[in-house]
Amino acid sequence: MSHLTDLPPWAALLVCGLMLVGAATTLIGSLGLLRLPDFYARLHAPTIATSGGTILLCLASILCFAVLQSRWVFHEVLIIFFVTVTTPVTLMLLGQATLYRDRFEEQQGVPRKQKPAPGEE
Amino acid sequence: MELAVVWSVLVAQTMLALAMAFALYRMARGPRAQDRILGLDTLYINAMLMLITFGIRTANTVYFETALIIAVIGFASSIALAKFLMRGEVIE
Repeated sequence: MSHLTDLPPWAALLVCGLMLVGAATTLIGSLGLLRLPDFYARLHAPTIATSGGTILLCLASILCFAVLQSRWVFHEVLIIFFVTVTTPVTLMLLGQATLYRDRFEEQQGVPRKQKPAPGEE
Repeated sequence: MELAVVWSVLVAQTMLALAMAFALYRMARGPRAQDRILGLDTLYINAMLMLITFGIRTANTVYFETALIIAVIGFASSIALAKFLMRGEVIE
């Protein structure tokens, strides 16, 4: 009927497993974003969703279409590359901006900036 | 075995929709601006994963191209928003 009919059973089972584990990982990461109490704790939660979930789901897609040999799997490889490279940059920049804002507003519980030693300047 | 893949795609899409709802809640209710940006970041990644599951289901290349574009442009938007939080302007 569709392209999935041609998938051999071992590949279908692997695709199912990878897809379900990837989606569950994403769900756990987003749950952490919802539940964790503090912004600095919350900053860690979506990374598991982005890296783990993206890599597992793209692997499922790569396996499916590599076994079927119906289309190029170039998109998935590019998606894995971009997401793996860009997520740490985004979250690091966001954490830096938040730290700057919290220091500027002098919130409690934020590490202070190191004062320069008297010798240097 | 086709049925197993179709059902697992459905279950995965349900989980991703739930994850998107969590991220949307954080974006709507987040106490401060940085929480909203984090929610938006998670939301577009989850939407991209949802598009990949649609692509597995239908074997249509358009879904994968859309996912690639979202991955690239979402990064630029998140960087711009984080920079706006830090400096108050995007382009210096």
